[in-house]
Amino acid sequence: MALLQISEPGQSTKPHERRLAVGIDLGTTNSLVAALRSGVAETLPDENGHHLLPSVVQYRGITELLVGEQAKRLATTDPMNTIISVKRLMGRGLADIQHLGTQLPYEFTQTDTAMMRIRTAAGDKSPIEVSADILRVLRQRAEATLGGELSGVVITVPAYFDEAQRQATKDAGKLAGLNVMRLLNEPTAAAVAYGLDKATEGVIAVYDLGGGTFDISILRLNKGVFEVLATGGDTALGGDDFDRLIAEWIMQQAGIPRDTGHAQLRQLLQTACAAKEALSQQVSADVSITTDSGATWQGMLTREQMHALVDPLIQKTLTTCRRTLRDAQIDTTAVQAVVMVGGSTRMLRVRERIGEFFGTSPMVDIDPDKVVALGAAIQADILVGNKPDDEMLLLDVIPLSLGLETMGGLAEKIIPRNTTIPVARAQEFTTFKDGQTAMTIHVVQGERELVSDCRSLARFSLQGIPPMVAGAARIRVSFQVDADGLLSVTAREQTTGVESHVQVKPSYGLTDIEIEQMLRDSMNHAQADVAARTLREEQVDADRVIEAVLAAVAVDGELLGADERQRIDLAVAKLQQLRQGNDPRAIKTAIAQLDRATQSFAERRMDRSVKQALSGHSLNEFINPK
Amino acid sequence: MTNGNSRNYFDLFGMPVAFKLDAESLAQRYRELQRVTHPDRFASGSDRERRLAVEQAALVNEAYQTLRSPMRRGRYLLELNGMTFQDETQTTADPEFLFEQMEWRETLAEIRAQADPLAVVEALLKTINARRVELERELADSLQEQQWPASVAIVNKLQFITKINQEAAAIEGDLLDAQ
Repeated sequence: MALLQISEPGQSTKPHERRLAVGIDLGTTNSLVAALRSGVAETLPDENGHHLLPSVVQYRGITELLVGEQAKRLATTDPMNTIISVKRLMGRGLADIQHLGTQLPYEFTQTDTAMMRIRTAAGDKSPIEVSADILRVLRQRAEATLGGELSGVVITVPAYFDEAQRQATKDAGKLAGLNVMRLLNEPTAAAVAYGLDKATEGVIAVYDLGGGTFDISILRLNKGVFEVLATGGDTALGGDDFDRLIAEWIMQQAGIPRDTGHAQLRQLLQTACAAKEALSQQVSADVSITTDSGATWQGMLTREQMHALVDPLIQKTLTTCRRTLRDAQIDTTAVQAVVMVGGSTRMLRVRERIGEFFGTSPMVDIDPDKVVALGAAIQADILVGNKPDDEMLLLDVIPLSLGLETMGGLAEKIIPRNTTIPVARAQEFTTFKDGQTAMTIHVVQGERELVSDCRSLARFSLQGIPPMVAGAARIRVSFQVDADGLLSVTAREQTTGVESHVQVKPSYGLTDIEIEQMLRDSMNHAQADVAARTLREEQVDADRVIEAVLAAVAVDGELLGADERQRIDLAVAKLQQLRQGNDPRAIKTAIAQLDRATQSFAERRMDRSVKQALSGHSLNEFINPK
Repeated sequence: MTNGNSRNYFDLFGMPVAFKLDAESLAQRYRELQRVTHPDRFASGSDRERRLAVEQAALVNEAYQTLRSPMRRGRYLLELNGMTFQDETQTTADPEFLFEQMEWRETLAEIRAQADPLAVVEALLKTINARRVELERELADSLQEQQWPASVAIVNKLQFITKINQEAAAIEGDLLDAQ
């Protein structure tokens, strides 16, 4: 048995303390938080024993708000101040919302940053802030249940979320005071939860139909590696749309006019949803609704009638499945298992049709509402460092092509969809006019030829190009997508080295300054609290860095020369000392110094790992020589 | 290559510099390399390590994508041997292939007017695919014999095939969506 290590009194780093990490499924309809407890992933209930937190926020006043079940129950009483399905608005502009085709009862305002906001009793709220309000409740629940501060979280997103939607989700996490270690694609999370890598070697499909989004992912599993081959989906198709179609049918039958009030609409949607759920158990469902005029309409919806209503939507998901299989260069016979995810896969009809399509009965053993959060919790536990020897590795892809606007409003693809991330690609462009000294770089995402049909992600400009004849300058534009699917772009004029860089902050996102400001506002407290929080954040960061460096030195110390070792030891000692103090800026500087001191060491370590992997040996042989 | 740790993609994967390669061991090496470079391995590491991991994992991905695709692998091999490619402008001098190109283009242009456009596009995709397999075989032989300019010509054809395949697949996708 290995000996337990005891750290020196007063030292901050406790390498063997289990760190708290959770997975969060920030869903359209419901959200969940899950953690690994005694080695098993479990969703965490609230004090009333409810695991699902309805993704509903009701703003009742400047500081008063309800989140979850209560807000949902009161939704019909105050639809304008009750935000439901906010996930559908994430990373979207006003124009997108109008295209969603759903009638939303809110009043929108658009600010100069193109960030759309909803007018509420608590002021104008961006979808990011609304999401952060949901995340805060989950964070409190997790910290109360697990008994401590969270070191890190994994938040899941639909695989088909674009860059703007991902960035918005990550910002919401930041705003809720969370350290978002990773944005994980929901289908991948589900595959992890099923632990299929242990039982299967081969190709699986994950069909994820939630309240407002649909995803299909095709994955290849091999000894703990989950390699996404292709992903497809629709970020505006889900169970809500089924409800809407059924509600429209009820309106027709009951003679309710299309321009009926918001409260009536909400009631209709709830009735429709109940009928839909009932029809997975029974062949017909009674429907009754009280109209605005006070009259009651009663009717019956049969399974066949419902199938006629929803089949076109299910067919739409199957078409997407077919395209995604084609992208993966796989046909249905090669798919060994189909995993069902999302509340809408409870519908018997959905299961039937998917089973037919793939020729295999879908896997439904894990609660489709919880499976994503469970997978995220497993990943979070590994990322936070609680399982250093775990073999699991998730290789995901970008769902939509990334490109640039070129002459004539055409989109030039730089990174095609379904490219494994992280990825870096570069392409050279040139000037259009003689003497041109600036160039606008317009970053877009989507599959279409015309920029106007793609999603605009960001615009920035490269200034200071030396005047040359048209076509002489060589501008190299580099795209880098990290493991969260987030993009940064650099443009560089090759002859002069003039450079411009953007961390893509999408047209519909919040700026860093806005987020900072909101973080301050959200605390609603004196300056002292803000300072205390900043200090705490730097201390946590310092602990993380110190621990990482000490661990690296312990494993690969022989890569260090005496001088370098001494410099690193000094930088560590200095940071350890400052970390005990209360100057966040000094800590930050010391972190940066330690980072610089370890630069070359980090590079050599990585090189060595790569070489060891190359020689065909498993890394473990090197780390634990027998 | 930006890093001193490997001279080319083949080296990075510990494979001989050759067109013929074993897809299974390529995939195996890829997973091994991702295991040591992927950013998830450094989630609680220092910022420096995390940035480095993103760069390295991206390099491994790029190398894998290049070596995995016969067309890209062939092109890469030719570039290693000093051959250059001028994208877009290069056309083939092979009249038979030119004729094929024109035929395929016409089929695509007129597809919407067909009685069963989906069947037509699927047939076209099949034809294109068969031609691709054939060309890949030719490329393997030509590279084996170190016929560099001839190999460049084949890669150019394959690049055209890839492009028209994408267009046809996009049309097929639209037709499927419209169903």
